[in-house]
This record gives sequence, C-alpha cells and structure tokens, in this order.
Amino acid sequence: MSEIEQLVAQATAEFSGIGDAAALEQAKARYLGKSGSVTELLKGLGKLAPEERKSAGAAINSAKERIEAALNARRDALRHAALEEQLKVEALDITLPGRGLPTGGLHPVTRTLERIEALFRSIGFDVADGPEIEDDFHNFTALNTPENHPARSMHDTFYLENAPGLLLRTHTSPIQVRYMETHKPPIRVIAPGRVYRVDSDATHSPMFHQVEGLWIDEDVSFADLKGVFTDFLRNFFEKPDLRTRFRPSFFPFTEPSAEIDMSCVFCDGNGCRVCSHTGWLEIAGSGMVHPNVLRHVGIDSEKYTGFAFGMGPDRLTMLRYGVNDLRLFFDGDLRFLSQFR
Amino acid sequence: MQFSEHWLREFVDPPLTSAELAHSLTMAGLEVEALAKVAPAFGGVVVAHVLAVDKHPDADKLKLCRVDAGQGETLQIVCGAPNVAAGMKVPCALVGAELPGIRIKAAKVRGIESFGMLCSARELGLSEDHGGLMALPADAPVGEDIRAYLALDDRLFTLKLTPNRADCLSLKGVAREVGALTGTPVALPTIREAEVTSDRRRDVVLDAPSACPRYCGRVVAGIDAKAPTPGWMKSRLERSGIRSISAVVDITNYVMLELGQPLHAFDNARLVGAVRVRFPAEGEKLLLLNEQTVVPAADTALIADEKRALALAGIMGGEESGITNATAELFLESAFFSPDAVAGKARALGFSSDASYRFERGVDFAATRDALERATQLVLDICGGQAGPVTEAIDHSHLPKREAVRLRVPRAEKILGIRLGAEVAARLFKGLAFPFTHEGDTFTVTPPSHRFDIAIEEDLIEELARLHGYDNIPARLPQGTLAILPQSEQACSVWRLRRLLASRDYQEVVNYSFVDAGWERDFCASADPVVLANPIASQMGVMRSSLIGGLVANLVTNLNRRTERVRVFEAGRCFLRDAKGDQIAGVLQPKRIAALAAGPAAPEQWGSATRPVDFFDAKSDVEALLAPWQAHFERIEHPALHPGRAASVSVRDKVVGLIGELHPQWVQKYELGAAPVVFELDLDAVLQQPLPGYREVSRFPTVVQDLALVVDQEVPAQALLDCLIASAPSFVREVMLFDLYQGKGVDFEKKSLAFRVVMQDTEKTLSDDEVEAARVKMIKAAAEKFAAKLRS
Repeated sequence: MSEIEQLVAQATAEFSGIGDAAALEQAKARYLGKSGSVTELLKGLGKLAPEERKSAGAAINSAKERIEAALNARRDALRHAALEEQLKVEALDITLPGRGLPTGGLHPVTRTLERIEALFRSIGFDVADGPEIEDDFHNFTALNTPENHPARSMHDTFYLENAPGLLLRTHTSPIQVRYMETHKPPIRVIAPGRVYRVDSDATHSPMFHQVEGLWIDEDVSFADLKGVFTDFLRNFFEKPDLRTRFRPSFFPFTEPSAEIDMSCVFCDGNGCRVCSHTGWLEIAGSGMVHPNVLRHVGIDSEKYTGFAFGMGPDRLTMLRYGVNDLRLFFDGDLRFLSQFR
Repeated sequence: MQFSEHWLREFVDPPLTSAELAHSLTMAGLEVEALAKVAPAFGGVVVAHVLAVDKHPDADKLKLCRVDAGQGETLQIVCGAPNVAAGMKVPCALVGAELPGIRIKAAKVRGIESFGMLCSARELGLSEDHGGLMALPADAPVGEDIRAYLALDDRLFTLKLTPNRADCLSLKGVAREVGALTGTPVALPTIREAEVTSDRRRDVVLDAPSACPRYCGRVVAGIDAKAPTPGWMKSRLERSGIRSISAVVDITNYVMLELGQPLHAFDNARLVGAVRVRFPAEGEKLLLLNEQTVVPAADTALIADEKRALALAGIMGGEESGITNATAELFLESAFFSPDAVAGKARALGFSSDASYRFERGVDFAATRDALERATQLVLDICGGQAGPVTEAIDHSHLPKREAVRLRVPRAEKILGIRLGAEVAARLFKGLAFPFTHEGDTFTVTPPSHRFDIAIEEDLIEELARLHGYDNIPARLPQGTLAILPQSEQACSVWRLRRLLASRDYQEVVNYSFVDAGWERDFCASADPVVLANPIASQMGVMRSSLIGGLVANLVTNLNRRTERVRVFEAGRCFLRDAKGDQIAGVLQPKRIAALAAGPAAPEQWGSATRPVDFFDAKSDVEALLAPWQAHFERIEHPALHPGRAASVSVRDKVVGLIGELHPQWVQKYELGAAPVVFELDLDAVLQQPLPGYREVSRFPTVVQDLALVVDQEVPAQALLDCLIASAPSFVREVMLFDLYQGKGVDFEKKSLAFRVVMQDTEKTLSDDEVEAARVKMIKAAAEKFAAKLRS
C-alpha cells in the first residue's frame, strides 16, 4: 500500500473513532489543515520531476477528496446522533393535562333560548324585548283583559308597593303590544324573557321564562299557525315525526284560541310517566290575535290577521335534556349547571 | 267541574266509550283533566245482613257472625271490626271474591271456620276509611252485587274549564255540548211548575237592578228540615266533590250542578218584610256562613230584608238567616246576578264560592225560574211541605243583551285557512242550537242566553272551528315577503358576550329578580329599592338593583356544597327607582351583565403554580368584553367593594360599570373565606361595537425603546402612561407598560414602571436623532408631571 493510500485509511479510521464534533474538527486539521498531512504532500509535489508531478498530484487530490468525504460522513453521523439524543431528551409525557383555564358554559335555559332565536330567525322573525316591571295596561287591558275579568285570576300577579298599576309582567305578551305600537305589518317577531307569577312549588317557580311569537300579515291563518309551530317543534327536538295537537282553549287576547300539545318526546306518544300515560305534552298556548288587541294598537283587523303563541322554554329545556326538577334552573348549583357546556 | 259519567249519560248517551267521550270533550275545548274509576276492579262482593254476632271463643277482638248474604244458607264469618252489630247491612266478600290485593278463601281464623269477609270502605278501595265496616242503608237489598247497588262501575270526569265556558259548569251544559259534538239527542229532566198549595209569600224588590235584574223567590211551608238526603243524590253530590250537609242544602247544590243555577235557601221565619236586592249602607256589616264578618264595598250588592243584610248577592249567604234543623219554612232564591257586579268581589274578600265562580262567568238568565221550580219539586219530594206562589222581580233593561252577530263565511275561511262553505256553517250552528238566519255567505246569529262568550264574529269563527274540529284544519307552512332583517354590525349580540365569558371559564346562572332587602343595603347601599306588595317570601321582597347580590349568593351555595372555585355570570335586568324612568314611569330597568370569580385563578394543575384569583384577572375579562374599545378604569368607593381595590369602568368617557374585590366586611358577614372579585357592566354599552377602519401598515422598520421610570408609589400607572402617550410624537405607534418593580435598587415608597415604546413612521425610516428626541420629550413630560426619574 502506498503512503497515500495508507494516509486515507488512517484518516478514515481516525474519524470513525471520534465521538464529538470538536475533536472531529481537530482531527480534520491534522489531515486537511494548513500543515496537515495532505497539505504537506501537496507542498512536496514541487520537488518531483515534472513527468511524475501530474500522476502524483491526481493521486493526492483523490486522497484529499476521499478524506473529505469520510469527514463529511462522520460529521453527518455525529449531527444525526446529536439530534437523536436531543429528541430523546426532549420527549414529553403528552398525556399530562393541558395548561390554563377550562371553559365555562351557558345556562341550560338560555342555551334553549339561543336555539329558539336561531330557529325563528331562520324564517325571518325579529327578536324583541320589553320591560319586566310592566303597567296594567300592557299586561292586561291592551290584551283584552279588563279589570275583574275572570281570566285575571288565571295569573297570580306580583304587584309593586306604593305604585298603583305597576306589576311584574305575568307573561311576555305585553311585548307583542309594545312591538305593534312601534312596527307596522307585516310583523314577524318573537319575544323571549322572564315572567313572574305568585306561585312556588315543585313544578312552579315564581320566576320563569316565556317566548312569545307573533305573525301579522294580510293573509295569515290558523292553518299557518299549525304549520309554523309544528315545524318549530320538529326542528327544536330534531324529531321529524313529532306530532302536534291543537285544542280549543281560551285566552282573552286570541280568538280562536288553542292549546298546543305535542307527542311525548320520551315515548313518541306511546304513553309514559312523563306524559302521564297520555302520549301528549302540553307545550304552548296560541291563537289568532283578537281584533280588540289589533284595534288597541291601530292595526286594521279587517285587512290584517295574525297568530300569536306563547311557550315555556324552561319546560322545553327540561324535555330536551331530561331535567326533572324545574327548581334546579334557579338554584345556581355548579354541579348541575356545568353539565350543559 | 267534576261529575259522574252515569249522571251525564242519563241526559245524553252517545255511542262512545268513556275514553272516547273524554277525548271528544278535550278536543272541543272542554279539557278532561282526569277520568277516574269510582272504584278499583273487584268482584264477588254482595250486600249482606248481619243476623247475629257472638264472641269468638279464643280471641277477644274477634267476633263470630252469622250472615245472610242471599246465598240460600247462612254464612259463618269471623270479623274483627269494632262496629259489627247484629241487624246491620254491610258489604260481604264471598268465598272466591277478588278484592284489591287479596283473594277471599274459606279459612280457619283462630280455629273457627270463616266463609267470607265483611268489608270496610278501604278494603273495597272506595276510601281511606277503615274505622270499621262500611254500613249500608237498612233498605239495601240482600244479595245484590255491591258494584251494582253502589253504581261502582261509574267513572268521574274532571273538566278543566276555561273562564269563557261557564255554560258547561253544569250537567245540563255538558250534556248540551256533548249533544252538539256527537249529534246525540239530549233529554233533560222535565220541569213542572209546582202546584201552589200555600198562600205564604214574600215580596221581592230590586233596588240594584244593574247588579240583579232578575230575582225569583218562593216560600215552601211545612217542610221537614231533618229529612235525610236520598242516597242517589248524596252519591251524585259526592261524585262531584260536594259533601252532603242537609237535605235542603243538598237540593240547592244538586240543582246548581244539574242546571248551573246557584240557589240559596233562607229560613223564612228569620226574614222580616220584603226581600230587597240593594247596595250596602256605609259601614254595614254582615256575618257570612263561613263565619267571616265582612263590610262589603259600596258596589257589592246585598240581599236584605226590611231590617238587615242577609247575604252577599251571588257570593255567599249570611249566618243569621240560614236554615237549620229547626227550619219549618223556606224562602228559596233563584236569581240572576250580573257578571260585572260579582266579578272580583269574592277574591277581594279572600275566598271563592261555587256561586260567585258561576255568576262572575255568567249564568243563564232565561233559566232562573226553571231552576226554582226544579228545586221546589225536589224539596216537596224529599222534605214535604207546601209551595207558595213564585214572586218574581225583573228589570228587562238590565238583563244581558243578546245582539245578533254577523258572520261572513269567507272571513271565517280566511282566518282558519280552510274551505268551509255556507252549508257546513249552517249545519254547525244548528248543532249548537244557535238561532240564525243567513243570506248566502252572511249569517246573522243570535247568541243563546247561556253563552256569555259570543259577542263578535271571531267568537262565532271559533265555534265553527271547534265543531268542525281543530284536527281537521291542515298545518300549512306559510308564505311571506322575504326581506332581510336589518342587523347593525355595530350592535354586538348578547350571545357573543355570553359565549365570551363562558370561554373564559365563567358559568352562566339565572337568579331571581327579587332579592333580600339586606342584599340591597349591603351591596348597593340602597335604602329605597323597588318593593313588591305581595312577595312570595320576605327574603324575596325587593327588586334587585344589581346582579352582584345574586352572584354572592351563588358563591355561598356552592361553597356550602364544597366547590371552592366559583366563577359565575348572569345577564339580566336590574330595577332602580327613578323620577322619570324609561319604558315605565318611575323605574329604570337597565340590562346588565355581571360576573364573580372566587378561589384559585385556575384549577389546581401540574403545570402552573396555584394562586388566588385577583382584581387583575377579572380586569382582563372586562377588557376582553369591551374590546376593541379601550376600557378606562378609575378608583371609586362603592359599598360592595374594597375601597382600595375598586374601580369604575368607562368607555369613550362614559361610565359603563364597576369592578372590584368584595369588601372584607361582606366577606366576613357572608362567610366567604376569601374575597371574590366581581364586575358589573351596563349591557347596552357593552353591546355597541365600533366598525373596524383601515390604517395603512407601514413598510418602514420599527424602533423599540424601553423606558424605566421611577415615581412615587401613589402615582397611578395609567396616569403616567396617559402622560407618555400625550407627549409622544405621532410616529410613536404604541406605548405599553410591561414591568412593575419595587425593591432593591429603587427607593422606599417609590416604584419603577417600565414602558415599551414602539416607534414607526409611515413615510420614512426614523433617524437616530428623531428617536432620541422622542425619548427625551416623553421623559421630560413624565418628569414635569410626576417627578419621574429615569431608572439608571
């Protein structure tokens, strides 16, 4: 083996034995540096005879290239090993929980209200609001319920002290009146909100929610009421086969009036404990807006007709999520409320 | 309204099962709230006669009875009931009988053979009464099946009637309705005029014809007030939920149930002179049958005689003129009292009566006299006696009007959304027995005297719809003009705010709007809240003027349930007295959004140190709610809050809310452990958002300079920041506080605030001179205003 070949073999062997980058670079200097072995060989070329110089130069350059290749291979190997090591050291227990705040949630009933709003907005309903301390006029009189009307005893009303004629609204229907006072037909609006009645037991809360709906236009009929409300319930419960039943009833501010039942969402109308084995659940009151109500707000009842409905979102929430006690909604217990995130 | 199905079927008997009949009533608007069996299923029980009772040889409490149960031979039955006695008639369960829960077998009881069981009402499932055997009337036929004898296969209908259908508060009314719904003929009891065999009479005078336009009275002399009420009547009353009292009272109740006309019976011997219907004199008192003494209001009509008030007209009789066992002569009253005159009167006195309930909803004013005749007939049959002539006073001008109502069939079709036609309308009105005429599609209908809910065309449309069947009206999806609803981009939705707080780990709650007056004092220093006249409980007596009290209560609730990290928010109205008010005079009803955070800032976790939530955590929530507006905070004093840790929140120079740590005195009083942080913002202010506007993004390099300024501790960081911003040239794009330092290297009672100043020109690269000039200018301004020194 020539001296040159020996040098290449020696460098290759030396590089492969080196374990860190700095030592490798030092070793490199010994071969390829200013006074390295390969450099020295190149310097010695001048002493050779011209005819030998060419072939010897080629041999030295080839040796230099091979030593550089061995060096680069070793550099790559060391870099790779270092990266491998780094990655190994940096590996995390990715099963540890994420850092920071979890999320809270909406109240189950407002969650329902948001959904009701979205469903009715999708068919062009506006959303209106009104005061919760109401006057007798908007809560009763304008809704065709004059003083001493027996229908007033259907609502046990909270009154304010030393403020004659002021009360806590017993239903969201006064918003109907207020909306019609400021808007001209065609009117499509829902009015969600809190309402109050002097009633407190397992199934009644002195404060609860209602959503009022109103559609007034030139040709709105009872058939439309049936269509819209049935469509709403089917979409709310995501049950395309849900059935509704409209029964004659009485509200002073609608004529004809109807109580709306829906097929029980727990037993699909076959009868269970929730529906008292009737297959039906009472879900809303409704009817065609009474001409006296339209007259109160200056809408021509010959030209315009319309329907109104009022439903209880608390009950809808209970049915939707299977909550069995109304009082839980107003108790502020996080163990209950956090279930609705 | 509750009644026996047998009773109803005596008047109208459609070919429907009980359930079908109930469904048909419900779907016509007379909701059947309950349909119950009178008795549970059982069989093999007959009427038996106890012939003899002997002692049981081996048991003190047991008796040995010989019983005739109509079985051809006498039965030996061992019985433990305390009231068993020879001669009594009782229900007897024969061997093989199936009772609720047990089957009767021949058995030995303490060594003596027993062939059957004598029964209490509870053993038959008829009542809870198990004080002894159920005693049957002496004339009960031995051997008859008890179910047949007591009509136990009957069912009870309970109607939940709406206030407009007072005409169905009687069997006659329900029968009439069933007839109209099913087309079945209705057969009501025939009412004969009683033969007048006495000349005893009492005059009647209407001094208040607006309240009472028709009054019929009659004396029945020589009655036996102690006569027993017949079993059939007692049973029907009981099945309507009315307790039997005495024959005369039972008869008046019976006629009320049968015909819908409330009646009253006076003891004629206690009346003086003519009976007058009049309004009370001032301060006039009356002792009622319910032993309540009332001073009736001036517009409450009274029944009186020449000397005193006797009864509240149409509401309740008086104690001093009522009948007793000794009554020998009755004065029977059947009158029409106007709904307006009775409405609300009983409620104002704090009670309700069957009579007032009916009169305020409307009683058939054409049937007043019939009811009196029917009652007379029953009195003569049951209590004997001689009827005097009817004295009737009537004021036609005050009787309810029954004006014809026009109905246009096309209008009905438009409102209902169906094709109906004049023929169908005519058939339906005929079914209701509403008198009408028609010309083509236009009907003229006269409401009958028993209906008080037919005044306008829509009322008739409802009648047509009811009889046609709501089920037969199709459900149709309507067509409408589709116009986009205006929606301002600058009006943020409250749902976005709710979601934002939820995403920052707050749980929404809904608290009562009425609160404890104490909360108002503690958290709002409000001595004059809006007070409820009739609260449900004293601790829910006033309307809240802040949402904070409710949130503190939520904290207490959850601390009690061992949840110590509590983060809650609520969006809702508050109520404040105000001279002007907004929609309602005298009260402001602003909508607010408020939150409370207590306990650790974050749930205890492996990756961060646990620390309690503080003012600045909540402040960043407020800033997030108000962004992109720059919220401004200023120190305030507020009764709910720690005076050194409370601030008002402003946006665009307007105060929109407050934030702070709860005052230590409330932390102690409400036993909260550590102080929660709360904030409350005016919702309307938060919902307004600016429309984004474009500013050119500079292509030139930014220069960042840090300034650490040492100032007195009392200098608010915000003031210094405002001063730096105000003094900065226009190319200073941003100044922000990034560090607060106190301690080594900074003098006592001083603090170092470090600001990062970002400069960038939109036109050119900033020169070193410009940067330095800006820096010097800002430092100088801070030095002049706050004696700030650059920290070396």
